[in-house]
Parts: sequence; C-alpha cells; structure tokens
Amino acid sequence: MNFIYDLHRTMMSQKLILVYQGDFTQESTKSILSMAERNLDSSGEESSIKRKVFNVMVEALQNIVKHSDELVDGQIRSHAAIFLIGKEANRYSIMSGNPVQKTNVPKLQKNLEQINGLDKDGLKELYKEIIKNTTISEKGGAGLGFVDMARKSGGKLEFEFPEMNAEYCFFCLKVNVPRDNE
Amino acid sequence: MEILNLEGTEDTPKIILDKKNGIFEISGRSLPEDSAEFYRPVLEWIEAYGSESNPSTDFVFKLEYFNTASSKLILDVLSALEDIKGMKILWYFHEDDEDMEEAGQEFSELVEIPFEFKTY
Repeated sequence: MNFIYDLHRTMMSQKLILVYQGDFTQESTKSILSMAERNLDSSGEESSIKRKVFNVMVEALQNIVKHSDELVDGQIRSHAAIFLIGKEANRYSIMSGNPVQKTNVPKLQKNLEQINGLDKDGLKELYKEIIKNTTISEKGGAGLGFVDMARKSGGKLEFEFPEMNAEYCFFCLKVNVPRDNE
Repeated sequence: MEILNLEGTEDTPKIILDKKNGIFEISGRSLPEDSAEFYRPVLEWIEAYGSESNPSTDFVFKLEYFNTASSKLILDVLSALEDIKGMKILWYFHEDDEDMEEAGQEFSELVEIPFEFKTY
C-alpha cells in the first residue's frame, strides 16, 4: 500500500490542498465548492482573492460537467475527470483534467490560444462581444468560461493535451490566481 | 399580477418580483446547472409586467456571485427590462468587490437603462 504514502507525498510536494477524482455533476460541484470555501475561510484568505478562486473553480468544474467527453473503451464507459487546487505562497492554482475526443482538440486549442493572445482590455472586449451574440448552448454553456477564467486570473491559461489512446487526449488546464493582491 | 418569489439556495439566487409592493430584486449566488431554465420564469414575469408596469421601477441586483452562463441570462433579463418605461437598475456590490462593480459597469454599457451603483 505504498501508493497511499506516495500519493500523500506527491500532494505535499505539489502543495495540493484539494484533489477530487470521479464523476462530476452539479451536486459534486457544490460539495467541492463548499469544501474549498471552508478551507479558504479557515485560512483567513483575503476576500477578493477568495472570490477569484471561487469564480475560476465554478467555471472549471462546470466545464467538466458540461464538456468532458465520455470515455468509451470497449465495454467501459466513464466520465472520470480530475480536479485539483494547489496553494503556494504567492498563488492558488486551479487545475483540471478530463478526456476529450481528439477531433475536439484543435478547436479547443485555438480557443485557448486566442484568449492567451489578449491583454486585459482585449479580454474585456472579447467577453462583451461573446455575451452580446451568444445563445446558451444545448449543454448550458455561454462560451464565456475560459475568457472569464483568464480575466479573473490575470495570467495565461496553461494547458496540455497528453494522448490517452488513439481516440482521446486528456485535457489538462491550469489557472493561477495570484495571492499578492496588486 | 402574481408575485414571483424564489427562495435562494447555495447555487440559485433569491428572487422577488412584486409589482404591488414595488419590490424587484435578484440577490445572492447564481450558478444553476441550467441557467436558461432557471431564469425562464423571471423573463416571462418581466414580459407580462412590461404591459402593465408601474410608473417607475427600481430593479435591484445584489449578487454575491454569478457564473458565466448566468451572466448571459442576466443580460437577457436586462434586455427585457430595457423597453419598460421608468426603469432604473440599482446594482449593488460588496465594497471590496471590484469584479462585481466592473461586471455591473459592463452590463450598463450593453443596455440602455440608467444604472445606479451602490455598495453594501
């Protein structure tokens, strides 16, 4: 059972304060949010930072609920994804990982790169542009999640798409929220 | 007109729309699973109110947090309010919540309704 200790050590060294793996629903989203909120409250974090972390968390979690692709591997069907929060001296990191079909990767990547190419004012304009013209998708999204995460973070969205198998990649996303409030 | 009264929950806001007593308020948190479904009765109520509105209406938004899917629906609510005479938005934000203040300013740039900003 050494893997338990290994996992514990990894969490310590990566400064992870919360890890959730499993099925993601609105109910699990609410539980994760309230757990993280209690953690931030008890650590006495500044309210403006707390709000930004909460904001990014909601968008990241609801992205998984709405967009994570079902992984079909023979008989096994799974919605398994992972969500993590790291806390370092100078920042929080909100991280997620979920399977996406390879055919969906180029569009996702382009979207993220476009957002990372914009500065504060550019993001604001893009946000207003989308909100004016968007309609809520069948999945219930407004297409604003990544833009909002980038705005709340004030930094670049970090992402990678390691390959899982011939059909799927694992979409890894990291969004940092600085703790030293300007 | 019937009063629309929704109790707030951990992921949906408290909503009171009461023509007779002149109370129009959306407050709390908004991150419902299905934002379009959640706001549908609100939009329907406003549509009906439009044809028999009070001479003036102060519509209060006092949100602690809303997700992006809700932000689209809030814009839909504001757009529905836009055509009603005597409409004014009172946009409340916590005094140290710059993001909520900025969100209100952005909404005010997207619709033609006077906004008044207030802190709590």
